[in-house]
Amino acid sequence: MSETVLRAGAPVRPVALAEVEQPAVRLTHVSKWFDTAGRRQTVLDDISLTVGRGEFVCVLGASGCGKSTLLNLVAGLDRPSTGAIEVTGGRRPALMFQDHALFPWLTAGRNIELALRLRGVPRRERPEEARRLLELVRLKDAYGKRIHELSGGMRQRVALARALAQEGDVLLMDEPFAALDAITRDVLHEELTRIWSENKLSVVFVTHNVREAVRLGERVVLLSSRPGRIAREWTDSDLPEAALTARVTDALREEIRRHGRR
Amino acid sequence: MAAGETVATRKGVREVRDSADVEAGLDALDSAPVGPARTPLRQILRERVLPPVAAVVLVLLAWQAAYEAELKPDYLLPSPADVWRALSDQWYEGTLFSTVWTSMQRGALGFAAAVVIGTGLGLLLGAVRSLRVGIGPVLSGLQSLPSVAWVPAAVVWFGLTDATIYAVILLGAVPSIANGLLAGVDQVPPLYLRAGRVLGATGPARVRHVLLPAALPGYLAGLKQGWAFSWRSLMAAELIASSPELGLGLGQLLENARSYQDMALVLATIGEILVVGIAVDLLLFAPLERRVLRAGLAGVRG
Repeated sequence: MSETVLRAGAPVRPVALAEVEQPAVRLTHVSKWFDTAGRRQTVLDDISLTVGRGEFVCVLGASGCGKSTLLNLVAGLDRPSTGAIEVTGGRRPALMFQDHALFPWLTAGRNIELALRLRGVPRRERPEEARRLLELVRLKDAYGKRIHELSGGMRQRVALARALAQEGDVLLMDEPFAALDAITRDVLHEELTRIWSENKLSVVFVTHNVREAVRLGERVVLLSSRPGRIAREWTDSDLPEAALTARVTDALREEIRRHGRR
Repeated sequence: MAAGETVATRKGVREVRDSADVEAGLDALDSAPVGPARTPLRQILRERVLPPVAAVVLVLLAWQAAYEAELKPDYLLPSPADVWRALSDQWYEGTLFSTVWTSMQRGALGFAAAVVIGTGLGLLLGAVRSLRVGIGPVLSGLQSLPSVAWVPAAVVWFGLTDATIYAVILLGAVPSIANGLLAGVDQVPPLYLRAGRVLGATGPARVRHVLLPAALPGYLAGLKQGWAFSWRSLMAAELIASSPELGLGLGQLLENARSYQDMALVLATIGEILVVGIAVDLLLFAPLERRVLRAGLAGVRG
């Protein structure tokens, strides 16, 4: 059990050698602010974070911690105000949203084929590859289905298949299971863990759910809110999941409490 | 099965529990049930076809009654049978089809050109903020200008030629199509655009695979209105710019019939114009709208 406490301005935590060799994502002193009506609002403050290849990192935080902004920056949807973001592996990272964001004018299979097409896969190979990906998320019968014919959990699995179709090394997930019921979420956790370990993906998974973060992540990074800073992180440990969950929950509650005291 | 009971050896060590069967069960339970069976033909006939047919029959009966009561002299108010005779005369002379065809060809060609120009203009205005601020209000204003108003100007510019007819069609239809597309683009959920960017859809691919399909409901409404305006503009142009050099279209036929004081032919021609308008709506736009509506419903999170 190693617990690192980071405060703003603190040096970047020493990273393990394996990660230094080929990190999947590296953020160096990244800050993001928005200027609205002459007032500067800092959303992310000096974030330095390295995600190793094949690593599963969960970013945990209450609302207002800039979790989604962080993913948008890594996905290239937005630029950091200062600092640098490197994504290795060439391909753009895939991003999964809380809302499946599948295109309703296409069938499940066609959604995946569009991702393949935009990746440059020749037309002939697309249907077969789309079916393979659907099979990977155990939805081989969904190929010709319209999105509204699928349940919430099935939609997120199709969205996962579409994200995998991009064949990026990095998968970014923005609270993808937050809108699902507990049983479906439970099953999808197992599904995601299986696919992650089989496909050697590097995952950055953003959530406000402590149990989800502890359960999925090899590393849990806690962000403070307003502005978002890396407050603490917990790396792989022998601690039972329940005990770690309790510990992380305490830390998150402490972070949230600070805002009420102001 | 709660996460708390699961032994919390961490990732890699923990064996991945196979949940395929649970998942299959959930999928079966959660999937939207198969929609209701198709409405039987008999019911469609009774509920959708019968009422409008009954309304038309009632109008014809009232017309016949007015004719028999001699509310107006018969050269002003011919009977339904007279109008039918005018139609069948046209049919036997072989002019019915050619007249309708001339107008429909012009309408289709003008509309197609309006679609190309209106779509380009709409996309351009959607992409360039300053253009939209400048031209957008003018375009909306043009929409409320009846395109008949352009006919005199077009006649002066282009004389009694096809160019006049097409100019009037374009001026009538392009604003509707461009505005419809703009409205559609404004309504595209930002999430789709972000998802498209993540997938790597940029430039023309973004327009083709994300923006246009997502904007389709508004775009289609614009197209439909654009067709209606095309058809109306065409009739206005044909009525006013009628000359022997121009092929005989429905508008010109209407004008000729008026000058011969042939009321039966006037009414028959009005009927033909109406039928073409309704037919295009029913056969072209209604099926398209149904498809888009089905896809659009899917966009609602359920």
